[in-house]
Amino acid sequence: MSENTTTPQEEIVLEARGITKQFPGVLASDNVNFDLRKGEIHALLGENGAGKSTLMNLIYGLHLPDKGEIIVNGKVATIHSPNDSIALGIGMVHQHFMLIPVFTVAENVMLGDETVKNGSLDRNAVTARINEISKQYGLDVDPNALVGPLPVGIQQRVEIVKTLYRHAKIVILDEPTAVLTPQEAEDLFRIMRDLTARGVSIIFITHKLKEVLAVADRITVMRAGRVINTVKPSETDSAQLANMMVGRQVILTVDKKDHQAAEEILKVEGLTVRDQRDLETVHNVSFSVRGGEVLGIAGVQGNGQTELSEALTGLRSPTGGKVTIDGNDLTGKPPRKITEAGLAHIPEDRQRHGLVLSYSIIDNMALCDYYHPPFSQRGVIQPKALDENARKLIDAYDVRTPSPFVSAGKLSGGNQQKVIVARELSRPVKLVIANQPTRGLDVGSIEYIHSEIIKMRDRGVAVLLISAELDEIMALSDRIAVMYRGQIVAVVDVKDTTREQLGLWMAGAHAETA
Amino acid sequence: MQSEKQSISLTKRILQSISEAILIPFLAILTAVIIGGIIIWFVGGDPILAYKGLIQGSMGSKKAWSETAIWATPYIFAGLAVALAFKGGLFNIGAEGQLAVGAVFSALIGYALPGWLGFDLPAIIHLPLTILFGMLMGGVWAGIVGALKAYTGGHEVINTIMMNYIALNTTSYLLNGIMKDKSPTNVIARTPLIAESARIPAIFDGLRVHWGFILALLVAFLIWWLLNKTTLGFEIRTVGLNPDAAQYAGINVKRTIIVTMLLSGMLAGLAGSIEVTGLNYRHELGFSIGYGYDAIAIALLGRSHPLGVVLAAFLFAAMRNGATRMQFLTQLPVDLISMIQALILLFVAADAIIRYIYRIKSKGERVVLTRGWGG
Amino acid sequence: MDWKRFSFIGLIIVVLFGVVVMVGQVKQPPLLIITSMLATTIAVATPLTLGALSGVFCERAGVVNIGIEGMMLTAAFFGWLGGIYMFHLFGLPAGVSIAFGVFFAILTGGLMALLHAVLSITFKVDQIIGGTVINILAVGLTGFLNRQLFFGKGSVFGGTVPGSPGVLPTIHVPITELFNSVCGASANCLQNVQAINRVFDQKPIAISAILLVFISHYVLFNTRWGLRTRAVGEHPKAADTVGINVVKMRYANVIIGGMFAGLAGAYFTIESVPSFEPLLTNGRGFISLAAMIFGNWTPIGAWAAALVFGASQALLINMQIFRDVIPPQWSFLQESYIVGLTPYILTMFILTGIIGKTTPPAADGVPYEK
Repeated sequence: MSENTTTPQEEIVLEARGITKQFPGVLASDNVNFDLRKGEIHALLGENGAGKSTLMNLIYGLHLPDKGEIIVNGKVATIHSPNDSIALGIGMVHQHFMLIPVFTVAENVMLGDETVKNGSLDRNAVTARINEISKQYGLDVDPNALVGPLPVGIQQRVEIVKTLYRHAKIVILDEPTAVLTPQEAEDLFRIMRDLTARGVSIIFITHKLKEVLAVADRITVMRAGRVINTVKPSETDSAQLANMMVGRQVILTVDKKDHQAAEEILKVEGLTVRDQRDLETVHNVSFSVRGGEVLGIAGVQGNGQTELSEALTGLRSPTGGKVTIDGNDLTGKPPRKITEAGLAHIPEDRQRHGLVLSYSIIDNMALCDYYHPPFSQRGVIQPKALDENARKLIDAYDVRTPSPFVSAGKLSGGNQQKVIVARELSRPVKLVIANQPTRGLDVGSIEYIHSEIIKMRDRGVAVLLISAELDEIMALSDRIAVMYRGQIVAVVDVKDTTREQLGLWMAGAHAETA
Repeated sequence: MQSEKQSISLTKRILQSISEAILIPFLAILTAVIIGGIIIWFVGGDPILAYKGLIQGSMGSKKAWSETAIWATPYIFAGLAVALAFKGGLFNIGAEGQLAVGAVFSALIGYALPGWLGFDLPAIIHLPLTILFGMLMGGVWAGIVGALKAYTGGHEVINTIMMNYIALNTTSYLLNGIMKDKSPTNVIARTPLIAESARIPAIFDGLRVHWGFILALLVAFLIWWLLNKTTLGFEIRTVGLNPDAAQYAGINVKRTIIVTMLLSGMLAGLAGSIEVTGLNYRHELGFSIGYGYDAIAIALLGRSHPLGVVLAAFLFAAMRNGATRMQFLTQLPVDLISMIQALILLFVAADAIIRYIYRIKSKGERVVLTRGWGG
Repeated sequence: MDWKRFSFIGLIIVVLFGVVVMVGQVKQPPLLIITSMLATTIAVATPLTLGALSGVFCERAGVVNIGIEGMMLTAAFFGWLGGIYMFHLFGLPAGVSIAFGVFFAILTGGLMALLHAVLSITFKVDQIIGGTVINILAVGLTGFLNRQLFFGKGSVFGGTVPGSPGVLPTIHVPITELFNSVCGASANCLQNVQAINRVFDQKPIAISAILLVFISHYVLFNTRWGLRTRAVGEHPKAADTVGINVVKMRYANVIIGGMFAGLAGAYFTIESVPSFEPLLTNGRGFISLAAMIFGNWTPIGAWAAALVFGASQALLINMQIFRDVIPPQWSFLQESYIVGLTPYILTMFILTGIIGKTTPPAADGVPYEK
């Protein structure tokens, strides 16, 4: 338990007392107590769905709590909208940036707090102020640049500038490192320490244990809407924190046999792909994956991984290069042909590509196979075959649902992913492409999916794993390729590299192949 | 034991979902009827007498039923057209134009084919050809829009509306020109009568209701079977619910969009050609105005389900048919019916309003049809 | 807007004008034809311009509005009706009655838009269905009242349609007077100046439409209101997090859009011809949407596209004027139904995007959920 003695410079700037919030079907905040001291970096740790973002959204005014009060600088605050919290000096940088891509940096920063001269927007005044803040805090941004094309790290800086523009003294950062390379994360930590040195207090939401131990002054762990404990980094370690987060002993590493690689299954040569804005996002990429091995593609999101996996799975036509699966040329072929050649695809966006949410689990289980026997005969669907198949898979893959007729949209994220995994991995496959397979899932589901991936690999299937979570890549992969700005900048055996080295490659520093 | 429990809950589940499906449309109609009554009273009419006239005129006699069935026939076809498109995620506002095109070109084959060939045709060949040609032209009319959407992303809402006006202009041109009935006493823009061999016979002696009505019911069943029991239907529905997942599932989204619009247009074209071959035996300019827009209301009221469409078509047919009797009894203009139908549409479309008024909780996902213009 | 789009617009206008000049020059000097057609183009483009502006405001705020046609129709009816009531029942002078008519039209447009806003924003009805409902409601309502109020039992007008107080006057811009001294006695010079003057002599709503284009552009891109409107249409959550009331902004912009549509409606029955016919809007509301899309959701772009459609309508009018001098090999130009296809085919062609990809506001058509 943390000490409650406060010295003069450790005054409490923000306090949440007895906060309770009920959403339909889920108690997101359950009598939460939380406090923030001046000039501290207070980490809020918990797995996906623990209630961290909800608590912050309540403090920021995006929702109203059912019960409880928020106290800012000693006075009870009535926060009905972001306007109120901004006026109290609270600023928030959301996990998914609240930036308008077609606006400039200046327009984004001034939105809601516009400087007006003679009826029209005073862009010059805003630009001047932004430059001032840039200099003062070391946050370099170009006020006249359009936000859309800016790299993610710079976009984040714009978000921080936005809060400082409004004189924020309490800054909330929601999962800020999800989109950063390890180096950029270090940069961010430096900026955070700078800010706290100037009297800004920071709440830092994350699910990453290592970061929290590296940068926080205090750590509050949340689970299922409740605060479990508040500790100092010096008083705890990863295992203890993980235990608090999940409520039981968590195995932090994956058990993996030494792999016996067979022949090449997937061969990619000189692949180039353009994205929807017709910009080339994959440049001349070549690599191969053998049966019985996991090749992990590491890299921060936005470096071409999405377009690469779309090109490999038939969702997008490459503009150049060749893709071969088990000797068959499948470059630019439609998804069905590639699936029939032995591909299983676990898509990045499960709700957009992987499932039809209003269909039942039964229909979703047959989503890719409905068109051939036994699921249909000569164009007519065979409901019994679909039913049998679904029940079998629900059992085998432990999908938690009251009935197979439930629509997929009603399942939890973890169970939705299990439906997709069940469907894809129960086919006779030669290659699995898994793109961000555990994003947004609870620890239990993450463990399950990791074990399924290793099972596939042990069975001799080639696995291409694309993930922005470096820990996941290092735990599951046999070989790792790093993708940076659309190119493979390094390919190494997992045993021959370190987290730091991978981080450097992910940030674009020296390009060498092992 | 387990399966017994399952089958009981299955029946219960089916009954539950039917009652859920009917509740909102029923309340929507009820509310519209009440508000319609208020409007009638407001403009000085007698609501009870008006609704009595409506019911008498639409169902009060064998002849009334026959006329209602006649009105219902094109409504069923056109309603199915719009409903099928909805299921495919497409908004076919062009039923109006597809219908007109179907009617005009059916009439052409109906009156001109024997002349071109130089000999008379037996009905068993002539009639199906006539109907088929109209159906195909309707399909083409919509298929063009489908192709534009699939290959250029051009939004089907505006394109189908444009095709409506193009159809209007084209049929006006034809009916005032080369297809005009050239008999000396005729001044209206209409085709000559179609040959006897191209006419659908009536079902009963003395009543106008014809076998096209039975065909409409059969086609409704056929569309239900297509949508729910075939792989094509699965593809259409999947593209309608989530085109991204459909692509991932291996479905050829572009081809499905075109096929959906083709089928939809064919149904609307059928509406026109059945009217020509079963009822009027010719096509006259202005005959089919408004069917296409009524079809949208019918599809929405029937929740895009073929059975719902049939029931909704009957409701609208009864209203149109009974309106003349209502006007006779109360001197209220038949346009009042349009008002009430518009109100029904309003409440069905905004079922959230009905839920709010009657305090019904919302269950399940909302079907979103609009994906903006970008597609 | 990029040059590709502008040059396409220029090309079409040149073609349309060219056809008319080539046919009509046997009857009238080219300058006369061009200026007269230009004057007509500007006039008939008025409802399209206003309709497109209506669309721009609604959609920039994130609400798809295909009910513009219905809003124009109801506004045309109630504006006309309002003028008649003021003139015949309240005995107000014609000019005042007409002004009231315009006011009623704008008010009606705003009210219909309010209905659309309630359906789309509060009840989160699918916006295309909502717009279709507005259109169907408009047809039913105006048809019913048109019959009932004049021919129904107990009608104050006892079975006849009273004469409207009139139309808005053309406003004369004194270019001829200014150039009087310059031209001196040259009859030719005077004739040319008079012809050019005709382009500028427009009616109030037409003039307002052009002014509103530039005002809208300024508001949308240079004021706080415009910035917030665009934010709400691109990324409403982002706007919400900086304290902007998304619902209020959307309501306000939709109602403003409705008022523009209302003014367009007034054009039909108060500026163009002083009478009401069922369905007199004839698809102009939908063509406005095409103009908006082609103009990439900008006021000036939409105006340029509206002028193209206006020109195609002017083509139709002029082909009827020059019917008798159309050369036999182009006899199809005599058929008003065929020439009348031009705006619709143009619309479809433009929507294929061959002339350039268009980007709607990112959150267009998506109801906002907190």
